[in-house]
Amino acid sequence: MRMPLPDVAVAERRDEIVAALRQIVSGEGVIASESERRVYESDGLTAYRQLPLVVVLPSTVAQVAAILRYCKVAGVKVVPRGAGTSLSGGALPLADGVLLGMAKFNRILEIDYDNRCVVAQPGVTNLAITKAVEHGGFYYAPDPSSQIACTIGGNVAENSGGVHCLKYGLTTNNLLGIEMVSMDGEVLRLGGKHLDAAGYDLLGVMTGSEGLLSVVTEVTVRILPKPTAARALLIGFPTTEDAGDCVAAVIGAGIIPAGMEMMDRPAIHAAEAFVKVGYPLDVEALLIVELDGAPAEVDFLVEKIEEIAGDHHATTIRASRDEAERLAFWSGRKAAFPAVGRISPDYYCMDGTIPRGRLSEVLTRMRALSERYQLAVANVFHAGDGNLHPLILYDANKPGEIERAEAFGADILKLCVEVGGVLTGEHGVGVEKRDLMGTMFNDADLAHQQRLKCAFDPDGLLNPGKVFPQLHRCAELGRLHVHSGRLPFPDLPRF
Amino acid sequence: MSGFAPADLDELREAINEALAAEEPVELVAGGTKRELGRLLQLPRTLDLSPLTAIRDYQPSELVLTAAAATRVGEIEAVIAANGQMLAFEPPDWGALLSLPEAAAQRRTLGGVLACNLSGPRRIKAGAARDHFLGFRGISGRGEIFKAGGKVVKNVTGYDLCKLMAGSYGTLAALEEVTVKVLPRPETVSTLLLCALDPTAAVHCLTRALSSPHEISGAAYLPAASNSILQSFSGPQGVVALRLEGPAPSVVFRREKLMSELAAGSETAVLEDGPSTTFWRGIRDVLPLVELPDRVVWRVSVAPSRGAELAETVADRLDARWYLDWGGGLVWVAVAGADDGGAAVIRAAIRGTDGSGTGHATLIKGSPALRQTVLVFEPQSAALAALAARVKEAFDPRGILNPGRIVEGQ
Repeated sequence: MRMPLPDVAVAERRDEIVAALRQIVSGEGVIASESERRVYESDGLTAYRQLPLVVVLPSTVAQVAAILRYCKVAGVKVVPRGAGTSLSGGALPLADGVLLGMAKFNRILEIDYDNRCVVAQPGVTNLAITKAVEHGGFYYAPDPSSQIACTIGGNVAENSGGVHCLKYGLTTNNLLGIEMVSMDGEVLRLGGKHLDAAGYDLLGVMTGSEGLLSVVTEVTVRILPKPTAARALLIGFPTTEDAGDCVAAVIGAGIIPAGMEMMDRPAIHAAEAFVKVGYPLDVEALLIVELDGAPAEVDFLVEKIEEIAGDHHATTIRASRDEAERLAFWSGRKAAFPAVGRISPDYYCMDGTIPRGRLSEVLTRMRALSERYQLAVANVFHAGDGNLHPLILYDANKPGEIERAEAFGADILKLCVEVGGVLTGEHGVGVEKRDLMGTMFNDADLAHQQRLKCAFDPDGLLNPGKVFPQLHRCAELGRLHVHSGRLPFPDLPRF
Repeated sequence: MSGFAPADLDELREAINEALAAEEPVELVAGGTKRELGRLLQLPRTLDLSPLTAIRDYQPSELVLTAAAATRVGEIEAVIAANGQMLAFEPPDWGALLSLPEAAAQRRTLGGVLACNLSGPRRIKAGAARDHFLGFRGISGRGEIFKAGGKVVKNVTGYDLCKLMAGSYGTLAALEEVTVKVLPRPETVSTLLLCALDPTAAVHCLTRALSSPHEISGAAYLPAASNSILQSFSGPQGVVALRLEGPAPSVVFRREKLMSELAAGSETAVLEDGPSTTFWRGIRDVLPLVELPDRVVWRVSVAPSRGAELAETVADRLDARWYLDWGGGLVWVAVAGADDGGAAVIRAAIRGTDGSGTGHATLIKGSPALRQTVLVFEPQSAALAALAARVKEAFDPRGILNPGRIVEGQ
C-alpha cells in the first residue's frame, strides 16, 4: 500500500512544529519521542504501520481549533484518531503529519431522558454510552464488535454498524447532532436534539467521512428504551443455500429480526473449539436469529421462525429458554474473530456487502479463490443485511503470505461489487480498500466526492491518502468544461 | 420560459449541458407537487423529469427497490404493498394542504420526496426519507453523470452523498435513478387515544410512552381546537394518539400495558386497523390544519420536550392553530394575520428565552409574496452558510440547478 510521498520539507520542520504544538497543548499532551510515538503507529489494521511526525492530545475544543488553525497555516497534514480500532487503516498515521488523538475527550456531557438522547465527547467509548443509561432502561443501539474500546467519535467517522443494525440502523441513523472543527479552526454545530437539517444534511455527510472533512468534538446520539424481552434461535443447515433461502423467507414473512447472523463450516468449528457451547458440527451453515421486543411478540416470532426453518431443511433448531442460553448462543459468534485467531497465526478480515440472494454463488466462488490462493477462509456474515466478513487465514511470518492474503481479499471485494454489492458495509474504505474504489466508482463519481472534500478542506490537509485512490488538487477538480450545448434532439416536443 | 422533457439519462445530461452553455438556470420539475415548497423560483428554463418513470429493480427479499427518479410514489407503494412491504418513512401527500387538485397530488414522485427529505409520523421510529435513501444516479450542475451509494441496505463506501441529496431540493443534481430501502408492512396497526389532556400533560404523556419499551411508531397530540379529524370524540378536548404496529398478539399486549401505565383515569379509546391508517395519514398530511385555507403553515422541528411549550408561546403571541407529531418534536403551526407569517415569533420561540434552543422552522404554505420576503428555511450561522455555499459550488459551480430554492442566489 503506497501512501502519498512524505513532504521532506515538512518533516525537516519537525522541531518547529513540535514547539508550536507545545504552545497550544502543554506537557504530556504533545508526544515527540520515538518510543512513545510508536504506540500510535497503526490502528486495528496492523498490517500497515507508520510512525507519525508527532502526536498531539488536546483536551479542549479551543485547543483542537488552535491545532488545526496552526496546521492549516503551516501546511501540515493532520490525521484524527479515536481509539485506533479502525479495521481499514482510517487512522494510519503519516510520516509528515500530526496525529490528532481525541482520547482525552472522554466525558459524557449530558443525559437527557426526556428527549431520549445523550451528549458526549467524541472519545467516550461506544459501550460507555449504553452503560451510562442502562439503569434508566435505555441503550445506544449501534454495537460494533469493538464497542468496548471504539469511541463514539470514531463511530461517526466510520458510520459504524454492528449485529443489530438491520433493525436499528447504523451510526448515521442514530446520530442527532455534532460539534465539529473545520481545518480552518472554525467550530460548527450541526443538528442538536431535534430531527433533520434546515439546509443541506451536512451531519449525514460527516457521518462515515472517515476523518477527511472535519474533526468531531461533540456528539449527540439518540438512545432507545431497552426491549423487555430477547430470545435467540440457533439453526443449523445442511447447505449454505438452505440457510440463505431461510433468511430470505424470514424477511419475506415480514420479520425484521434484531440480529440475523450466519457462520460457515470453518467458522462454526473454530468458534465451537474455542467457546464450547454446543454448536452443531455436522452442518454447513449456522444461523443465529435474535428477536427482541414485547414477550408476546418475541414468542410469537420464535415459533414462526422455527416453522420457516423447518420448511428449509434445518437439521438443528434450538430456541433460547433463558438469558444465559441466549448469551451462550451468541458467545461463539461474538468470539468468532479470536476463535479464528487461535487456529491461524494471522487473519485478515474483509467487509463487503452483497445482495443476499447471491450468497451461495459468492461462497462457492470464494472457495475456488481459496484453492487458488492456497489460503483458508472462514465466513461470518450479517445475513440480514448481506454484510459479509470473510476471514482469510495466513501467516505473516511466511514469505509472501500477507501479499497473497491481500490479493485474495481484493478478489473477494471485487466479487462483491460484481454481483451488485459494495466494497465495505461497515469497516470503511481507509487505506485498505482505497485502491479498489475504481471497481465501484468511475472517475466522475470519485471527482464529485472529492469536490465535496474541497468544500470542507480545500488544501487536502485532513487525513489525505485515505478513501480516494488518487489525490487531485481542488483547483483542477473545480475546472468546468462547458460542452457545446447544442440540443441533440431538435424534434422532441418542447413547451 | 422554455421547457424540455428528457426521455433518458443522456438527454437529461444534454439538457443540463445546454443550460450550462446558455448560462440559463433551470427549474427541475417532475410531478410538480413540490413547486410550492421552498423559495419561489422564476427561472428561464424548466426541465420536466416526468418521463423518467419505471421501477427498474425490485427484489422484496433484498428489501431494496430501484426506480427512475420520477416514478410516482403511488405506483411504488402499490407494487410493494402487493408484496407486503412499504416505504417506512411514510412519504406525505401535502396536496390538500397546498390546495392541489387531487389528480395533481397523485403525481408526487419518489425523487421529489427524497429531494425534499419528507417523512411522516414514523420518522421517530423508522427514520426519515434520508435514512432509506441508499443510492442514486444523476447529473450534477457540472453537466456530468455521477452516482453514489449502492443497491444494498448496508454500505459505507465513499461519502454518503445520498444524505446530501436528501433535502437539497434539486439544487445539487438532477436525480435520474434512486434506490431505496423497503420494509415489511406491519401485520396489525392500532392506535390508543388518551383524552382531555392539556398540552403540558400531553407532552409528559408522549415522553413516557416513547420512553417505554412498547415501540411506539407514531406519537401525536391534537389540542382541542385541532381535533376535528377525530370523529370518535365529542366536545373540545386535547387528545394524545399513540400508534402500535406489529403482530396482533404483540400489539394487543403492548396496548394494554400502555393503557395501564398511562391512562390513569382519563378517557381512552382505540382505533383499530382501518381507522388507524386513516388517522395517521391525516397526521402525515397535515389534515388538522387543512380546514384553515387562508393561513400560513409552518413545520417546526425542535427537541420533543419543547414542542408544547413552543406551540403555546407562539399561540400566545399570534393567532395560531397547531398540533404536535414526533412525540412533540414536530410542531405544525397555522398562523393568521401576521405580516411575516409569524416567522419572527416562531424562530424566536425556537431559540427560547436564553437563546440556546436548537431546531428549525420551514414555511410550507404561504402566498408567493410571503415566500419571496420571508426566509422559507431556517437561517444558518455565517460559517455554516458559507460551507453550504461551497458545497453548492462543488456540485453546481454556475448555479444552474434550482438556484434560490433554499437560499437566495444559490
